[in-house]
Amino acid sequence: MEDFRIDDIIEHYPKAEPSLVMLLQDIQERFNYLPRPTLVTVSKALNIPLARVYGVATFYKAFSLKPRGRIIIKVCKGTACHVRGAQQVQDEVTRLLSIGPGETTPDMKYTLEVVNCLGACAMAPVVIVAGKVYGEVSPSQMKKILEIK
Amino acid sequence: MPISSQNELQTRRSAAEKSFRSARRRVMICAGTGCVANGALEVYDELLKAITDAGLPVIVELNSHDDKKKPKAHDYLAKSGCHGFCQIGPLLHIMPDDILYCRVKTRDVAEIVAETLTKGAVIEKLLYKDPNSKERRKGRADIPFYAGQTRIALKRCGEIDPESLNAYLADGGFAALEKALFEMTPEKVVKEVEDSGIRGRGGAGFPAGRKWRTCIEAAGDVRYVICNGDEGDPGAFMDRSIMEGDPYAVLEGLMLTAYAVGAKQGYIYVRHEYPLAVQRLTKAIAVLHTEGLLGKNILGSGFDFDIQINRGGGAFVCGESTALMRSIEGKVGEPRAKYVRSVVRGLFDKPTVLNNVETLVCIPGIVKDGGKTFKKIGTKNSSGTKAFSLVGKVKNTGLVEVPMGTSLRKIIFELGGGIIKDRPFKAVQTGGPSGGCLPSSKLDLAVDFDSLTAAGSMMGSGGMIVMDDRTCMVDVARYFIEFLVGESCGKCNPCREGLKQMLAILTRICKGNGVPEDIARIERLCDTLENASLCALGKSAANPVRSTLQYFKDEYEAHINEKRCPGGVCRELIRFDITDKCIGCTACAKQCPTAAITGERKKLHVIDQEKCIRCGSCVTACPSDAIDIT
Repeated sequence: MEDFRIDDIIEHYPKAEPSLVMLLQDIQERFNYLPRPTLVTVSKALNIPLARVYGVATFYKAFSLKPRGRIIIKVCKGTACHVRGAQQVQDEVTRLLSIGPGETTPDMKYTLEVVNCLGACAMAPVVIVAGKVYGEVSPSQMKKILEIK
Repeated sequence: MPISSQNELQTRRSAAEKSFRSARRRVMICAGTGCVANGALEVYDELLKAITDAGLPVIVELNSHDDKKKPKAHDYLAKSGCHGFCQIGPLLHIMPDDILYCRVKTRDVAEIVAETLTKGAVIEKLLYKDPNSKERRKGRADIPFYAGQTRIALKRCGEIDPESLNAYLADGGFAALEKALFEMTPEKVVKEVEDSGIRGRGGAGFPAGRKWRTCIEAAGDVRYVICNGDEGDPGAFMDRSIMEGDPYAVLEGLMLTAYAVGAKQGYIYVRHEYPLAVQRLTKAIAVLHTEGLLGKNILGSGFDFDIQINRGGGAFVCGESTALMRSIEGKVGEPRAKYVRSVVRGLFDKPTVLNNVETLVCIPGIVKDGGKTFKKIGTKNSSGTKAFSLVGKVKNTGLVEVPMGTSLRKIIFELGGGIIKDRPFKAVQTGGPSGGCLPSSKLDLAVDFDSLTAAGSMMGSGGMIVMDDRTCMVDVARYFIEFLVGESCGKCNPCREGLKQMLAILTRICKGNGVPEDIARIERLCDTLENASLCALGKSAANPVRSTLQYFKDEYEAHINEKRCPGGVCRELIRFDITDKCIGCTACAKQCPTAAITGERKKLHVIDQEKCIRCGSCVTACPSDAIDIT
């Protein structure tokens, strides 16, 4: 049984609604997603209905209620990336791993995420794999970047 | 020891200035997001080691205290914020020689130390190569991308160490705050901002001074100030660069705003996609606390102020003022109808001034040098400069800052160096998802808030995405609508449902299944969105479609009537073929992810249409422009 205690995170913040988004961000940082038991804890600690916590957790794109893969692939779909072929890069990742945006491979290794703009437009198209930024990528480079044999 | 008076601040500043001036050379390595991705931090570490090993005297931080001794000759090495020319990073700028080295790798470090830092010699092969003349250019003064700029907002980006308070002080940091606290009433500060005529750089261009005035006149004792760093427009990154490259100036701008309107608490809302900006601002706030420049009784003036950072949650709509405020309150970031403006009833229902990063970073200069000085730059109704992120199919991509009123042609063809591979220019997209695409007939437009709106686009936050003949305008419109479908908060019906319908129709057209009536249908949907949506996101959502229909209707018609994509982008409507321009270099075959290209070296290659997924990798790879898209 995984340890979902988050007392140390909650301690950092005032016990009021304005802390909610920041709390969820810290929780996601620790677990890579928002496990349900932690949402229940947050709801009790801040005295906010669970439904409201759920509302916030599902409204913001940064949050995931499902466990994500160990390696997160972020394909930037900003305008500059789009006109320089980001769609083709995204399609290539989908072709290689058989996962669409927001999906995770069955072995929990990769999650594909499409993000709006990483603000690195001068290096378009951009992908981030496991936190490392790759600029001016072409579809054919994805196989190597993802280290698929 | 905290800085507790005006006198102590001045002593500290002059120590930093002296330390800065005494450096023989200043070696600034760009540590912005782009350059870091390309290995700038490794270059810095290697450089510091090599300089130390060579026995050259070097400092990496400016002095806080003046020891009154005559300083010894030394170099100053520091990591700076974004230089703006990310395409050719990692960048290394050496002053006062003005030598700009591009694409610096760790293996170049030994030579830089031996040649440039020891002998003052310039290493030719690391210099910028002009894409048109192919000549090497030594420094910023010789590179049109930099020489054509007027930098106010980006003034310190790439010039100073953003993590060093001393570096900010040495460049006149907090002089404006000092002036405001000890020589000016809040009213006088507001007056200077009104006189400057500065309009909000976040999108709509509302005059900042008027906004402040309204906040002051609103009833209540508690007021808030917010810095909007939720730069959501895809294709724009000037706010990221400013937050990463000059965080203290953003904070000083916010402090001046607070002093002017009488706020004691400020917030900075930063996109979660910008971790480095969050990190630098967090550090700067912590330093200001330790140094006594934030908190109670700042510099002994009686002014109390504190700043909190909030990270966004990845919602584009949170760039809208009322949605952003709800997000800070810990709620779902849905906008509200603005019967009462947020400046009157905003965060926690209190009067709130919200300004964008680029606006705030201009405030210290306005307060220090006077609003009238600022107003001298730019056009009649849009004063000052504007930073643009010049990206897309342009040779020099990066951040440029030019006076308002500069023509699109100058920005794209002089600073930007023209279109990649000298292909024909088709359009430039400004204003993000609320903006539009302008055709070549508008290239001589003098860019300011009003001229862009009149032409059917808008300023937005300053994204400028250049498109060549191989961009499909229907696909671009579809792209923006798809973006907005994902970002519509769902609160009002026209935006939530209207955009979905619009996307369905545009997708159908791109796939070659459009019917002639679709154009009228799209136009009707545009009307509904503009008239009936709740917030600016929905009201302006039709702009990308409207402007492409206005200027590029023929492309819509080609898709619908001839089932042809003139830009060669829409996959269902195109095929790739190799023409006899092929030189048999095998570059395309190596790049093809599905191995659809076959052919021997130095012989014509062939694409297997069954295997081809139309990804376009071969077109990018081909050096002889031999791939035909029909």
